[in-house]
Amino acid sequence: MGGTFVSGPPIFEVRDVSFAYENIPALRGTSLCIAPGQSVALLGANGSGKSTLLRLLNALCFPSSGSVDFCGEPLTPNRLRDEKFAFSFRRQVGLVFQNPDVQLFNPTVFDEVAFGPLQMGWTKAEVIARVNSTLDTMGIAHLRDRAPYRLSGGEKKRVALASVIVLDPEVLLLDEPTSMLDPRSQSQLIDLIQNWKGTSKTVVTATHQLEIVEDIAERVVVLEQGSVIAAGAPSEILSNGELLLRANLVHAHRHKHGDMVHSHPHLHSHAKHEHEH
Amino acid sequence: MTGNRVITSTLVGLARTFAHALAAEDLARQPGLLQSLDPRVRLTGIFLLVLAALLAHRIAVIAGLFVVAVALALFSHVRLATLAVRVWLVVLLFTGIIALPALFLTPGSFLMTSSGTVLPITIQGLNSAVLLIARVETAATLTTVLVLTTPWMALLKSFRAFLIPQEVVMMLAMTHRYIFLLAETAAQMFESRQSRTVGALDRTAQRHMASRTAGVLLSKSIELSNDVFLAMQSRGFRGDARVLTEFRMRTLDYLGLIAFLTVGIAAVWAGRS
Repeated sequence: MGGTFVSGPPIFEVRDVSFAYENIPALRGTSLCIAPGQSVALLGANGSGKSTLLRLLNALCFPSSGSVDFCGEPLTPNRLRDEKFAFSFRRQVGLVFQNPDVQLFNPTVFDEVAFGPLQMGWTKAEVIARVNSTLDTMGIAHLRDRAPYRLSGGEKKRVALASVIVLDPEVLLLDEPTSMLDPRSQSQLIDLIQNWKGTSKTVVTATHQLEIVEDIAERVVVLEQGSVIAAGAPSEILSNGELLLRANLVHAHRHKHGDMVHSHPHLHSHAKHEHEH
Repeated sequence: MTGNRVITSTLVGLARTFAHALAAEDLARQPGLLQSLDPRVRLTGIFLLVLAALLAHRIAVIAGLFVVAVALALFSHVRLATLAVRVWLVVLLFTGIIALPALFLTPGSFLMTSSGTVLPITIQGLNSAVLLIARVETAATLTTVLVLTTPWMALLKSFRAFLIPQEVVMMLAMTHRYIFLLAETAAQMFESRQSRTVGALDRTAQRHMASRTAGVLLSKSIELSNDVFLAMQSRGFRGDARVLTEFRMRTLDYLGLIAFLTVGIAAVWAGRS
């Protein structure tokens, strides 16, 4: 089935893509379409190929076979060598990395958030105004002159996100955005993603946290060992225990009820571990 | 304990490095004389004073510049004890060793004690040694005061005023940034090793552990550099780094620059041989 689901002309079209890291396959014949304005969750266990897929969508690496198209344009190394296309693409598609330390390479938070706009060639006044308003929106204006290595994990994550949304991209690719966040920061981030849901922005979130999927996505693509094994609405995917078990997103929980021992898929997303017998 | 000396001393060393770096950053953000000046003025001014100290041939002039350095330190809330331990003693020791042969080898008139005993030290040799130590002490004090009162990143940015290419400044800034990250990783690796080490390690095991840690850190740093480059590309970096320099010169900065220029030029003029 390949996870194909299109509700309009696709913003991304991934066709039978394979990719390997030094002979270790990360993606095997993956296909999917993402429509403009859609909120998609890439759901999968660790090592299922979510991060690699996001990097392919951000044209940071290229498939060994198959193709990735952005708005009908093939994303190839040659295409990305074209300055005009590259700037337009980078302006429209932003990726927030899983490890914020990778993304925070500037001396101060202000410089970090200003990095993207400066590469886009915005004027100094424009950059300063935009960075200041982004810092305010993200509630990190007080960190403006701090060095990234002195920030907490949650603060780093927010700065990393600010450094991407400052460009106001049409497409946001988020790699495990809630990892390393405390519950409050997590819910703030989910609120932010939910706000984008109503806009024209396309948001693709890689996660293995089932409990946030319904809040952040209207469509779920499940990956297992580099292949798309299912796609559909969150309610449909999350209610399919067998599928989640196969994708290693839940585990079989064995326990006793009186003399009877039985097992059932165990979803940690459920506040209470209740189930029918 | 002795068997795990490598782990313990590495952890202590890393902790000390972090503590020094954090203390320096805090001091650089406190109000003070140098802190109130534009970093470019600080860099230019201190560079001028260092240059004057190196060009001066008169001990009195270098001593005057040393007094200026100490005054700058005091008005910028740099503790003299810090300077004594981190600069003066270290410089005295190392420069002293270098200057020692000059006392005996420089040709000239031999020194004589009050009792008439001739010492195997020449007056010219002594002058050279004192001059060298005084120059190095003054230059090191001035640069340490600059480093302690200026956030490292502001200092790097002000290198741009000296027409150092943007790419070089950015590379230095990133090196500084990621050294901390790798040092943190190293500290965590050693802590984790310590938590799983019972009893003493022999020297061979210690060596193996140190070399393995270095190897792992190297591969981590390569992986990190690849990912950082991707993160830069993702935000539009195409090999030509553009950064924002927000420095703005105020009246105080111009006054500071004039003061530095005056002292520097006066010292060069007065210090002529």
